[in-house]
Amino acid sequence: MSISRAEVEKVSLLARLRLSDEELDRMTRQMGDILGYIDLLSELNTEAVEPMAHALDVANAFRDDAVRPSLDREAALANAPHHDGECYLVPAVFDEG
Amino acid sequence: MTNQSATELVRQLAEGEITSAELTQTYLDRIERFDGRVKAFLRVDPTAALAQAEEIDRRRKAGKPLGPLAGLPVAVKDVLCTQGEPTTCASRMLEQFRPPYDATAVAKLKAADAVLIGRTNMDEFAMGGSNENSAFFPTHNPWDLSRIPGGSSGGSAAAVAARMAPLALGTDTGGSIRCPAGLCGISGLKPTYGRVSRYGLVAFASSLDQIGPMGQTAEDCALLLEVLAGHDSKDSTSVDLPVPRYTETVCRPLEGLRLGLVREHFGEGLDAEVDRAVREAVRVYESLGASVKELSLPHGKYAVATYYIIAPCEASSNLARYDGVHYGYRSGVSPKPGPGGLGTSVPSETAQGSGFRVQGSDASARSPHPNPLPKGEGTGSDNALIEMYRRSRSEGFGAEVKRRIMLGTYALSAGYYDAYYKKALKVRRLIRQDFDRAFEEVDLIIGPVTPTPAFKIGERIDDPLAMYLFDLYTVSTNLAGIAAISIPCGLSSAGLPIGLHLQSPPFEEERLLRGAAMFQQATDWHTKQPPLS
Repeated sequence: MSISRAEVEKVSLLARLRLSDEELDRMTRQMGDILGYIDLLSELNTEAVEPMAHALDVANAFRDDAVRPSLDREAALANAPHHDGECYLVPAVFDEG
Repeated sequence: MTNQSATELVRQLAEGEITSAELTQTYLDRIERFDGRVKAFLRVDPTAALAQAEEIDRRRKAGKPLGPLAGLPVAVKDVLCTQGEPTTCASRMLEQFRPPYDATAVAKLKAADAVLIGRTNMDEFAMGGSNENSAFFPTHNPWDLSRIPGGSSGGSAAAVAARMAPLALGTDTGGSIRCPAGLCGISGLKPTYGRVSRYGLVAFASSLDQIGPMGQTAEDCALLLEVLAGHDSKDSTSVDLPVPRYTETVCRPLEGLRLGLVREHFGEGLDAEVDRAVREAVRVYESLGASVKELSLPHGKYAVATYYIIAPCEASSNLARYDGVHYGYRSGVSPKPGPGGLGTSVPSETAQGSGFRVQGSDASARSPHPNPLPKGEGTGSDNALIEMYRRSRSEGFGAEVKRRIMLGTYALSAGYYDAYYKKALKVRRLIRQDFDRAFEEVDLIIGPVTPTPAFKIGERIDDPLAMYLFDLYTVSTNLAGIAAISIPCGLSSAGLPIGLHLQSPPFEEERLLRGAAMFQQATDWHTKQPPLS
């Protein structure tokens, strides 16, 4: 299956990436190569096969619902590129007015 | 000293024949001498390592109880969180990141009194098989500096091969321990999924990632695995099974060993010298009493295609966390990243030469930024926040990481989920069933770990598909969740190491290690050293 440049551009928005024109060209070609190879799987009939998301048959692992200390605020903010000592700061998402 | 195995060094330390300070200094000297060329390490802090070594020597002298690795230097792949110290994943995205906690594997090394000698280079976020995807610089194969060491744990493999560390931690999602172990002529084990806690391992593909030991010998891998393995309440996928005393059994040869030789592994694409070395290794096993049976893994030919759906899907989901908000690089606020990738310049403070590198100050990343952020001109889905995400991620990630995020996002997007992701999960089960059937008849599967010895740096950088196909013998191990080891079994006519791949059923690491050690008792490939001077 091949992929168009427009599709690649759309996926780049979904992936929260911004690709330059040159990157879009290269990505379109390389994703096309890889998806073409992956098409190999279509020759297999897998109708009766259960999907295997995980190698282990583990059920949910529960722990006691006990209150325990968590990361304090200073440590949680320490790596943030932009904060005010209490909150993470992000660009405004609503227009004023 | 550095010719000795880790097991022997631990014995000499315990007997008081050498001190940890002497040993650590010896390795630091080798790093200073060779790592300007090999570039296995991203960071080495000689002062801290020596201080740790001296502290362990003091405690030993005072007769205090010490852990099983007491005084032994161990290198750590830069993907495992270490509290308060940079953990970059060889990415611009995490260049300034200092984790608030230790990975369980790192905590266990500290509790075992290992000396943490340095942080090793890798493909960015462990995505790659050549170490060329490091955002900082590629690592060179100590056997031929113009060639790749393999990846993604290429720094760890090169460090052990060049005797710049006796042991190292690696991680393996599709071959990232075994491929570089094979190409650098060392031993490297990928444990069963669930054997070692992944807590604090920066996630690439959560259903495939495992941490494992890398060393000169299978016996050394046993020493480190015994420290790493076990259940951890912080990782719900770590399995609550008793940990065997691998070190006590590793030197006992397996009697009546039944080996499986996979027909499809010896087809087109396998280098003739690799073919010959692996078949010679099989003859060694036969001379030790093993029986060999030819068998088929009929779905093996689909493993690379299956892997390059599942791993990118999980990666695109895991790497969504790098949003420029909580930690990591943010466009316009964090220090501007330099041009990443192959052949690019290295920041001055991490420049060539000594091999001792320090990250730049992270002060600017920590202080609140005074300037308001520019508002994006786009509207709707492209508002200022989304624009910030897109810029941060585009500037912070390298080409291979972007490629995998794009592939995964595409395969998981509306209309394609069933055709790609669900299809791959079904084939994954068929691959596992092939192994289950094979292991009813044989104890271990034996074969090549890579199709050729190490290729040249730059040779495949523009052909990601060719790079992916290099993983054809290793990825099915991770998809099936079984265990495997790579050990050296020869040198090519060009003097490059050739790796032997052994695979075992889940949680049979003991069998795997004993099977590998019996080969090493009969051969001396594991003692060969690269011609560095």
